[in-house]
Amino acid sequence: MFKSLAPPDYLATIDREKCIRCKRCIQNCGWNVYSWGGDKVLIDTFKCVKCLRCYHYCPEEAIEIKDNPTKFKQNAYWSFNNIKNIKKQAETGGIPLTGMGSDMPYPILFDNLLIDACQVTNPSIDPLREPMELRTYLGKKPSNVKVEKTKDGKLKLAEKMPPQIKLDLPIIFSPMSYGSISLNAQKVLATAAKACGIVMNTGEGGLHEDLFPYRSNIIVQVASGRFGVNPEYLNAGVAVEIKIGQGAKPGIGGHLPGEKIPLEVAKTRMIPVGTDAISPAPQHDIYSIEDLRQLIYAIKETTNYKPVSVKIAAVHNVAAIASGVVRAGADIVYIDGFRGGTGAAPSIIRDHLGIPIEHALAAVDDRLRQEGIRNEASIIAAGGIRSSADVAKAIALGADAVGIGTAALITMGCTTCGKCYTGNCSWGITTQRPELTARLDPEVFGDRLTNLIHAWEHELKEILGALGINSIESLRGNRERLRGVGLDSFTLDILGVKPAGR
Amino acid sequence: MVEINASGTYYKELNQKIRAAVEKGEKEIVLKNVNGQYYIGAGFVGSTNITIEGVPGNDLAAFMDGPTLRIKSNAQDNISNTMNSGKVIVEGNAGDVLGYGMRGGKLHIRGDVGYRVGIHMKGNKKQTPTIIVGGTAGDFFGEYMAGGILVLLGLDSTGPLVGDYLGTGMHGGMIFVRGEVDKNLCGAEVGILDLDEDDHKILKDALTDYCKDFGLKLEDIMKKGFKKLVPVSLRPYGNLYAY
Ligand code: SF4
Ligand code: SF4
Repeated sequence: MFKSLAPPDYLATIDREKCIRCKRCIQNCGWNVYSWGGDKVLIDTFKCVKCLRCYHYCPEEAIEIKDNPTKFKQNAYWSFNNIKNIKKQAETGGIPLTGMGSDMPYPILFDNLLIDACQVTNPSIDPLREPMELRTYLGKKPSNVKVEKTKDGKLKLAEKMPPQIKLDLPIIFSPMSYGSISLNAQKVLATAAKACGIVMNTGEGGLHEDLFPYRSNIIVQVASGRFGVNPEYLNAGVAVEIKIGQGAKPGIGGHLPGEKIPLEVAKTRMIPVGTDAISPAPQHDIYSIEDLRQLIYAIKETTNYKPVSVKIAAVHNVAAIASGVVRAGADIVYIDGFRGGTGAAPSIIRDHLGIPIEHALAAVDDRLRQEGIRNEASIIAAGGIRSSADVAKAIALGADAVGIGTAALITMGCTTCGKCYTGNCSWGITTQRPELTARLDPEVFGDRLTNLIHAWEHELKEILGALGINSIESLRGNRERLRGVGLDSFTLDILGVKPAGR
Repeated sequence: MVEINASGTYYKELNQKIRAAVEKGEKEIVLKNVNGQYYIGAGFVGSTNITIEGVPGNDLAAFMDGPTLRIKSNAQDNISNTMNSGKVIVEGNAGDVLGYGMRGGKLHIRGDVGYRVGIHMKGNKKQTPTIIVGGTAGDFFGEYMAGGILVLLGLDSTGPLVGDYLGTGMHGGMIFVRGEVDKNLCGAEVGILDLDEDDHKILKDALTDYCKDFGLKLEDIMKKGFKKLVPVSLRPYGNLYAY
């Protein structure tokens, strides 16, 4: 057979002295790197993706995965990936796919923003001794409230509040469909969402019946493929999200190949087993803001007016688009930056289309304020949130809450190897192979994800305490408490923050 | 039977009234003086029959799951959007984007339809959504079709039977067209075949019900031959990617 001229990324090696031939690496690897040769473990290093499952499960620490030293000669202009993709394309004529968010070295604005703290003149607060409010409500807020007195002299709201989603802290789990991730991975998200008082999002793969008990912590999604969507589904969660775009692949559709559609996935998506699940690039009933409004209200009519979220990718004109989305009647605008994750996307699209969430968020928040409609919808910012510091910075830039996807998957074992599109994830996350998904115990990993959210909760409270404020509401859109380092004046202007030292 | 006068009523209020009647167990509802109200029947569940007099607005029967709607005149865009089951009968013409993502039930239209009809219709073991158009259709008929049955009859029509991009991206289901099909109008993913015995049975079953709805004769319709359009591959984009 013709040997590919694209060299392997990694060299999987076994220290033969240490190896006790237990074969655990063979069982654990989803990509079949290892096989039994009669007297020793054989290695096909071309298949290795450095997900590190074998390394963690080798009892003897005999495995080492090295970056291939015999890659192409280092070249500051022609990167390894450039050359490798050209070779692959010359061999297949296809579009190279990838998974996870973009790892290209574009500037990371979050890392050029610093948060303020109190010293001397206004005291900081100790969150261990004083209450800190992180509770967040997502949905339309009235521009003013009328209050009236009841007969017994108590005050109450004169008009009904628009419907809200209650979150114990300003974090939600980003949409990841059953099909792109395993049912066990979805169960991890659901149990943690329930334990933390937040919500998860089904993505566009329908709602499996095992998730019904978590309905009050679920947002259901409607996208161009309309998989699994019927009146029962629309009414199943606390809100409905219309997916227009995704940060990792703005403007292009999704495509779950037939071989990744076993019975349970097919049942949940309400399609036949083994056929491709194609999500067209646009929703062909939405070609305008007016059309979007029509779908938003069709969903509201069907759900007796549950909140509707609209997810868009961060693109050049995002501020004007978000304004249109809010005017179309969305209760929540979900903005997904170009660093956002994906189960599968052409790498050329993931790495070169869209804009970072930091710019997009600041621009959208500004625009909605200028137009006097910021109260009409909540903003969720997503696409590369890595820590509670990113959460705090996003909220100071104007987000009501943030969405996390990759961070949640990392608690399940993910090492961001980026090979989700192969459907072989050794950690049982982005795969439907039963022997792999069985590894992901929803209870064990539900606890880990809950731990992460609680840890971030403590950190957020510490940050608020240092800022001398006791409520996340006081940080929301409060860009005065951010400073930029090493940013040019244009970027500072877009972000609406001063340079450090000012 | 209950009558609801829709004259001068905003859609939200009108739908509330219809819903209330459905919930009371009303099996026959007649809507009078409908004049462009959106979302009639959207998300309705159950087995009520609703007759609509006047022209209903967009998104009629969106997400609907069960009821039967008969529209005594023309209807507008986005009928049966993502419908799950039930039936919509339109005695006149209808607009664009009909049956988008439709998964089950029937949409019978006596007259002509606009663009983008039957896009991404899908079926599964238990459900076969069916759209039958009596007259002509515009561009993108059956685009991205993943399942179900689309029938185009071209009865008493003089203009062109169907527009461009017929069945583009089709990867499931079948389209029956009465008369000849110009290959140049079809997407690359479509094959044009003659009907076999099974196809005849499927088509006859669908048309028998259609004829009953409009008082037509099956023999008259079957006098002219049909062509069947099916996807040449269930995986139209199978070779697109490099792994
Ligand atoms: S898991 Fe480690 S010790 Fe066991 S066979 Fe593989 S390399 Fe050897
Ligand atoms: S989910 Fe699995 S395949 Fe995807 S990056 Fe993480 S470890 Fe790799």
